[in-house]
Amino acid sequence: MRARKKAGIVSTGKALPVVRLTNYDLEYIVETSDEWITARSGIKERRIISGEETNSSLSEIAARIALERAGLKPEEIDILIVATVTPDQPLPSSACLVQARLNAHRAAAFDLAAGCTGFLYGLTVGQQFIETGAAKNILLIGVDTLSPVVDWTDRRTCVLFGDGAGAVVMQPVEEGRGILASKMYSDGSKAELLEIPAGGSKRPATLKTLQERGHYIKMNGPEIFKFAVKIMVESTLNVLEMCGKKTSDLTYIAPHQANVRIINAACKRLGLSEEQVLINIQRYGNMSSATIPVVLDEALEEGKIKQGDLLALVSFGAGLTWGAAVLNW
Amino acid sequence: MEVFEKVKSLISEQLDVDEEQLDMDTTFEDIDADSLDVVELVMALEEEFNLEISDEEVEKIKTVGDIVSYIENQIS
Ligand SMILES: CC(C)(COP(=O)(O)OP(=O)(O)OC[C@H]1O[C@@H](n2cnc3c(N)ncnc32)[C@H](O)[C@@H]1OP(=O)(O)O)[C@@H](O)C(=O)NCCC(=O)NCCS
Repeated sequence: MRARKKAGIVSTGKALPVVRLTNYDLEYIVETSDEWITARSGIKERRIISGEETNSSLSEIAARIALERAGLKPEEIDILIVATVTPDQPLPSSACLVQARLNAHRAAAFDLAAGCTGFLYGLTVGQQFIETGAAKNILLIGVDTLSPVVDWTDRRTCVLFGDGAGAVVMQPVEEGRGILASKMYSDGSKAELLEIPAGGSKRPATLKTLQERGHYIKMNGPEIFKFAVKIMVESTLNVLEMCGKKTSDLTYIAPHQANVRIINAACKRLGLSEEQVLINIQRYGNMSSATIPVVLDEALEEGKIKQGDLLALVSFGAGLTWGAAVLNW
Repeated sequence: MEVFEKVKSLISEQLDVDEEQLDMDTTFEDIDADSLDVVELVMALEEEFNLEISDEEVEKIKTVGDIVSYIENQIS
């Protein structure tokens, strides 16, 4: 029997909206302060879409950069996955709009909705197609434009989120490289901890849903905080064990950037030092599915991540969902 | 007394404070702990003593002594 192929990330790209919203700007929008936001989340500013910027336009820019770096033409893409919960419109998928923008006409394009864990779900899904040999070139985009669905009158949520897109090209890689282990997890019994209650087919838009502000994100912050710290530790240890590695083997961890306090608490429990944790939340806030590809892209541009480094990726989000992976870069 | 010692060492480890600074009357404000520090401390207590502390209980906890008596009640 031939050994199964391994799947890896061969290039990255990102796109961020032009407009910056600082904590000081937010002081004019809700009753808050730079001091509170910085101390409780580590966030200093975030990007917000404006003008012609949309979910699919940011995706296109990030994708073109990743494709160029991989030396790949759009028509060579076999599968185009857009991990997002904020597509341009309910129908069709954002992936099909991105396909048209890129003219990636050979690709099968679909969206994948797994809250802020979307990128890691997409990575695991893409990995299966490559390992079985069903696909060679996969374009995976983690993108979210949450600013239109954030309640700008709710200081408990609006200070935390931002917009952005990150893209990666996945291809077969040599044995021992790429994704060594990955796992997806969900617990739908905790759905109400983070939701947009209206706007779907159960409660379509009506005057009442608008008046109740039902089209905006509702979140139970403290419950998610506890959950996140716990599962980040558990799932990271779990994927490390799956591939016979230990936390002491890790060069870096690229965690979902939701709150620096969650990241610090989890990494302390994992016994990782500050230098091992890839962080950019201070500049972008929580960009949902985009956080991990963007933080990877920046670490690569800064020359931090080198060939042979061992990386753990871990994320959590609405659903609730969570996921983790170990990659040998 | 044993619970007090364990709670003290957990707080000092979690929140980076000297054990000497902690007595039964110490409040979270005294040691500059914000609401997320409290959440983290509660998680550590839950793991150490293998119990669940509900949000309503957490609301009532103001001092180190409150934590100690809550835990003593739960495990006795
Ligand atoms: C949201 C989060 C920062 C809130 O921190 P917290 O300490 O748990 O805050 P609480 O909701 O308990 O609120 C504490 C106090 O701060 C206040 N507060 C909340 N947001 C504030 C803000 N932006 N500015 C100033 N004060 C604020 C609250 O009103 C509350 O005051 P009160 O007790 O007088 O009502 C934190 O719970 C968190 O990060 N949770 C995880 C959320 C997450 O990651 N979601 C995305 C998942 S993908």
